[in-house]
Amino acid sequence: MPKPSSDTSRPKSFYILALVFTLYVLFLYGPMFAIFTLSFQGPDGGLTFPMNGVSLHWFYKLFEGTGIVDIGAAFTRSIKLGLVVMVVTVVLSVMAGMAFRKKFAGSAVLFYTAIASLIVPSIITSLGIALEFRLIDDSVHHFGGTWGESWTTGMGLFSSGLGAHLTWTLPFGLLIMFAIFNRFDATLEEAARDLGASPWQTFRFVVLPIILPSVVGIGLFGFTLSWDELARSSQAIGAVNTLPLELQGLTTTVTKPDIYALGTLTSAVSFIAIFGALFVMNLLQKRQNRHGSDAGKGSL
Amino acid sequence: MMLVFAAFFLLPLCFVIMVSFWDYNEYEMIPAFTTRGYYESFEGCLAQLPGLCTILKTYVETIKLCFLTWAFTLVIGFSVAYFLAFHIKTKSMQIGLSLLCTIPFWTSNVIRMIAWIPLLGRNGLVNTGLMHVGLIDKPLEWLLFSEFAVVLSLVHLFTFFMVVPIFNSLIRIDKRLIEAAYDAGASGWQTLWNVVIPLAKPGIVIGSIFVITIVMGDFITIGVMGGQQLAAAGKIIEVRLNALQFPAAAANAVILLAITFLIISALSKLVDIRKEL
Repeated sequence: MPKPSSDTSRPKSFYILALVFTLYVLFLYGPMFAIFTLSFQGPDGGLTFPMNGVSLHWFYKLFEGTGIVDIGAAFTRSIKLGLVVMVVTVVLSVMAGMAFRKKFAGSAVLFYTAIASLIVPSIITSLGIALEFRLIDDSVHHFGGTWGESWTTGMGLFSSGLGAHLTWTLPFGLLIMFAIFNRFDATLEEAARDLGASPWQTFRFVVLPIILPSVVGIGLFGFTLSWDELARSSQAIGAVNTLPLELQGLTTTVTKPDIYALGTLTSAVSFIAIFGALFVMNLLQKRQNRHGSDAGKGSL
Repeated sequence: MMLVFAAFFLLPLCFVIMVSFWDYNEYEMIPAFTTRGYYESFEGCLAQLPGLCTILKTYVETIKLCFLTWAFTLVIGFSVAYFLAFHIKTKSMQIGLSLLCTIPFWTSNVIRMIAWIPLLGRNGLVNTGLMHVGLIDKPLEWLLFSEFAVVLSLVHLFTFFMVVPIFNSLIRIDKRLIEAAYDAGASGWQTLWNVVIPLAKPGIVIGSIFVITIVMGDFITIGVMGGQQLAAAGKIIEVRLNALQFPAAAANAVILLAITFLIISALSKLVDIRKEL
């Protein structure tokens, strides 16, 4: 706790709220620590405390692929999809963010569509995408002639699945871009233009370096949102499953701690992704501070 | 970007509405106009009045869950946001504590749900603890796979969606306004009620929209934590889908969409979202 900044002592409400806050944090972390601990359960251990010894048994079981369905494949699929979603989200969000700085025809429509996409219940979006692809499949079968007969389905990880995830990640990306450009100093661009930079050069050498740390943030957001996404994927992913879907399926059938091991593992991936991104952001920020401003050095 | 939204959001939404008026049999949908999807959803509702038929009961249940979750997330979220915004003086401490609240969100929701099982289960920590102390002599059955578990889990998952926008509103309040209120002789509660809360209203509304839409459409938390026993609006759709009755699912989706839309438009009357970014 920081020391009280002035001579006034803290009001009673501070202590009450501090208590509420502490309880909230405990409430957030408690259950998670429970399963992280339980995933190291000994071979004879069950789903609840007490621990029956400590081992990596359940992690081994996970990698052997015994017992539960092919987790490894779902794991790779989720990572691949997450990376694609990340790239598409970053590119489209930055483009849209730039576009939104000026008024353009349909900007209000796009904005409200994005917001709507965020708040329409996921299962409805998911159902809609599933229906869309079913109808496409049906019409291909119907009108496609011989080519249509060999057609199985257009649904898949990188068509309907990717689309479903983008309806979730893009609104967030757009909102973050808004927040960035609300605080962006446009005189820098003007200066670049005055010095004879082309629009692309202005973007590449002035705007992009400044917004880069936040852009990494968008990428990070895109990846983690996709990595954990469940409701939208549920109907739209096609024949194969992503990791969260497998996990959900397991909750009803599995009675051994391997599900906790899996939980610990997926959390670890999220943590690695986040800390990696934070590290990169930090690095970029530092570089910016070093190279960034030459204000006051008298070279004007 | 518009293209992506058109292809994967607007168009699908249109298809949902279109298909909700289609007919169906055991294995396929039939593109012929009918209101069977809606009709069957409400079957027997008139006959049973004043008693509630299944679908109305389900919606009442969903709205009840929704309201409970909303109330808890609002109270907890507001307290946490207030603490962070007004009682933490240094910026780095604020960032540090916010990060502390964000970290659990890097874990998948399903995992955060099943994390309650070792605590709430029949042989879980809570039950063994209570029995040890001697407060109860047999395990409480309503702790897990019940409404209680669902609300607990939803509050656990989504309170932070309330904290962020409220914090965002609170931090922008001019501190002099609060001092002025005190100087004018207002008590702590009066300041809170008449100054802080009205100024925090945009954040409260945005947070509420988030939480309410998530809970209205939720079928996963309700499924997992309710032990697949509880009925809810999102669950109806899922069940219909598993039975491959797409038009019926679509009809229910339209009903759910309409109700959610009503709630949101009522809420957004109170605030201009775009101004708040």
